[in-house]
Amino acid sequence: MAETTADAADAPHDAHDAPSRRDFIYVAAGAVGAVGTIAAIWPLIDQMNPAADTRAMATTEIDLAALQEGQQIVATWQGKPVFVRHRTAAEIAAARRDDYAPLKDPATDASRLVQADGKPGNPAFLVLQASCTHLGCVPTFAAGDYRGWMCPCHGSHYDTSGRIRRGPAPLNLAVAPYVYLTETSIRIG
Amino acid sequence: MSGPSTYQPKNGFTRWLDARLPVMRLVHDSFVAYPTPRNLNYWWTFGAILSFCLAVQIVTGIILAMHYVGHVDLAFASVQRIDRDVPYGWLIQNIHSVGASMFFLAVYIHMFRGLYYGSYKAPREILWILGCIIYLLMVATAFLGYSLPWGQMSFWAATVITNLIGALPVVGESIKNWLMGGFAIDNPTLTRFFSLHYLLPFVIAGVVILHIWALHVSGQNNPAGVDPKDESDTVPFTPHATMKDLFALTVFLILFAIFVFYMPDSLGHPDNYIPANPVVTPPHIVPEWYLLPFYAILRAIDFNVGPIDSKLGGVILMFASIAILFVLPWLDTSKIRSMRYRPVARQFFLIFVAVCIALGWCGQMNPSYSMFTAGEFRAGLHWVEGGQSIQRAVTAESERRAGATFEEAAEAMKAEGAQIVMVDRSSPTDATLTAISGGQLREAELTAHSLDELEAQIAERKAALGAAGVPYVEIERNLPFEFTVTRFAQILTAYYFLFFLVILPLLGLRETPGRVPETIAKSIRGAA
Amino acid sequence: MKLRSLWVAVFAALAFLAAPALAAEDAEHPPAVAWSFEGPFGKYDVNAVQRGFLVYQTVCATCHSLNHLSYRNLGEPGGPYEASWVMNEETGEREIELGAGHGRRVDPNENPYVRAIAAAVMIRDIDRETGEETERAGRPSDRFRNPYRNSAAAAAANGGAIPPDLSVINLARKGGADYIRAILLGYTGEEREGRYVNRYFSGGLIGMPSPLTQAGMVAYEDGTEATIEQMATDVTHFLQWASDPHMAARKEMGLVVMVFLIILAALTYLAYKNVWRDVKH
Repeated sequence: MAETTADAADAPHDAHDAPSRRDFIYVAAGAVGAVGTIAAIWPLIDQMNPAADTRAMATTEIDLAALQEGQQIVATWQGKPVFVRHRTAAEIAAARRDDYAPLKDPATDASRLVQADGKPGNPAFLVLQASCTHLGCVPTFAAGDYRGWMCPCHGSHYDTSGRIRRGPAPLNLAVAPYVYLTETSIRIG
Repeated sequence: MSGPSTYQPKNGFTRWLDARLPVMRLVHDSFVAYPTPRNLNYWWTFGAILSFCLAVQIVTGIILAMHYVGHVDLAFASVQRIDRDVPYGWLIQNIHSVGASMFFLAVYIHMFRGLYYGSYKAPREILWILGCIIYLLMVATAFLGYSLPWGQMSFWAATVITNLIGALPVVGESIKNWLMGGFAIDNPTLTRFFSLHYLLPFVIAGVVILHIWALHVSGQNNPAGVDPKDESDTVPFTPHATMKDLFALTVFLILFAIFVFYMPDSLGHPDNYIPANPVVTPPHIVPEWYLLPFYAILRAIDFNVGPIDSKLGGVILMFASIAILFVLPWLDTSKIRSMRYRPVARQFFLIFVAVCIALGWCGQMNPSYSMFTAGEFRAGLHWVEGGQSIQRAVTAESERRAGATFEEAAEAMKAEGAQIVMVDRSSPTDATLTAISGGQLREAELTAHSLDELEAQIAERKAALGAAGVPYVEIERNLPFEFTVTRFAQILTAYYFLFFLVILPLLGLRETPGRVPETIAKSIRGAA
Repeated sequence: MKLRSLWVAVFAALAFLAAPALAAEDAEHPPAVAWSFEGPFGKYDVNAVQRGFLVYQTVCATCHSLNHLSYRNLGEPGGPYEASWVMNEETGEREIELGAGHGRRVDPNENPYVRAIAAAVMIRDIDRETGEETERAGRPSDRFRNPYRNSAAAAAANGGAIPPDLSVINLARKGGADYIRAILLGYTGEEREGRYVNRYFSGGLIGMPSPLTQAGMVAYEDGTEATIEQMATDVTHFLQWASDPHMAARKEMGLVVMVFLIILAALTYLAYKNVWRDVKH
């Protein structure tokens, strides 16, 4: 059908009568054909978007009761890893102390604990997307200059609030959208 | 036909390109300036329609392969996921499955057009053979694709067709297992079928390029079957043929869309919505409609011929029915291409078309279905009411003599006054004869319109007599001649082969053709 | 031209011969029902699909799986519990209302009707801590609960015959919806060799006992009287939707495509005639 447009454009003109009416038919056929072709292409592109079943698996529930202080668990949400870290008092203090240090991507520790519904979170539990903002590797727990995370791929160092402090990554580790269902369980997504 | 190129590069860039890669020249000479006979009718638009069908199948197929999972446990569910969850998956899957049918519809029209107008005759033999190769590849691709949804029909079609290979003597079984990658249709078969189903359309596309190349060397045939003499007999391909093709394609798309949007499942079989089950065969296996004629030929052979058993015979004939198309250019002896000027051949051709359709009808029928019967189904019943029974053991000298010996003994007992004698054979040479003498000999006649009906009547009567204490009923069945679907298919198959092997060769030598116009221009004036 | 009419007659006769092929069956022909979803403009009756879903959940779900459907499907476009946001004129607040409506569609995973239906079903899962099998309340993303752990369990519970999955049952049986409804209503009450006499079942003996045994066995919420025939019709309507959930979208798009193609055919025909106007052919 794509040829329609080309034909209309190349169609020979007949000089001897009503060239405008003839041209109109070619242009109309070409235009309608082009619209149809474009409309037909859309489903062929849209089919690659996440399917309904994939979109439906968008939430993960995590129980925090068994998570000890100083540990983290790696959960999966939408097929991607998520860190849930139970921070020690020292780690929380370190994170707060640096709230106004010169940061590449300035953010306070409190702003990184806010739940998806806007309510403040519990400073003990940090919920982050475990994907380095440089090129997507999973950072190593409690490593690097700031004892937060360190990305093994290209050496990005994150602090105990997940903020980028040194290395090629441009942004802080993203906070996963989560809400507390109870005191000790959260839902991501 | 093609003659010297008329391409004139218009600007600096196209001149530069033309000197290095004359691709614009190729397109111009093949699809713009290419001289097309001016008398082509709508039957000649199916080449373009087929190109479109191939493109649609390849594009939708590549997309479906993104979502399909080729594993026996997941294939059926993955097709359901495409239909339910993938954005526009239902549309793309419908287009692909309906598209297969549309592709075959178009290719059959294209082939019958070639047959009618003699497009296989010199100098277009290679063109025709390439077309036959494309058709064969299409059949293979369609069969492989049909197995992918892994429904009941998919599974059993794959089983039945691979078993055809097993019909080959000596090596058949080994080849079959090699093909299946196991001893039954299973996961290895599914994955290789998927791989080949993905590959073959590109092979088809390659052969299509050769087909078009051959077409552009010899030029298109036309309804008159005479070669264009000069420029006045032809028009440039663009816009004359392209515009007509586009119009025909749009009309074809309307039919396509009716199936895709309003009856997407009407061309398939309900059983393919049941997941494949290797231990249960559906009661009635049929291929897709486009393969039914060949299925009918396969089943038509229900007798052995010398060393060839009925199974191998069916397989041979089925493949021969396609193979014969390859040698058709040398079977038809007529020098006249178009059947427009061969009135007798035209009638045989129309019978041939009807035969192919009728073979398709036979293919979807139960082969033992009785189309008509000469007369009624009758049974004569004889029994004796009352009387005494005498038993006598008889031993024959040899197995060969047994039948006659028992017969003689029975006759002897009848001569002694028995009304009715039954023979109960206990070994090849021994029998017990029970004779009933005295009492009254009764008889009854049963008639019915089908064998099932007759047997039901007999069973009913026997039960009634048994309850009344009659120990034995003699039954004589008198069955009329039955014309079954298999018989019909045999006649049709015979015509299919006679048409190519006898009618076309002889007719070309014996018929009196009509007057063939000298030029295309004259043919136009002649046919009002 | 006489020959031509002869050929028309031959092809017509062939078409006529094909007719008995469809009629040859050993069971009674299912009575035809005027379904609302038939025809090029046919639509599902949402109320019937909702009632049918209730029949499925109450009666069929004890033995029959619906493996290819998830609870979220109930709230998807064209589904029986599709919902949309509407503005309440009195309070000025946005509320969720059943039906396609005019407002923004409610995400099927957030749809309160769907969530409530799913939450009422216990779904088998694995306990992450212990690895033991456990049951939890369903979520919209869950597949419909399969009544059996596996096919062997299904066979064992039903005397060797596995109750078929109902996801595409209306497409998987010749006669479609008419046949499914007829089977539900075709019981004569007789029992033979541990199987049940059904007028519409091939062979006459079906393994499934009559599932709809008494009127009112399903409590309809919309006031419709739950007669056996009504329940059979409704559950068939539901199963038709389950087999073909995108039917409404398909037919709507079909109409647009047909109108478009007819216009395009007219235009290409005129263009073709214009190109060929001066060529004798």
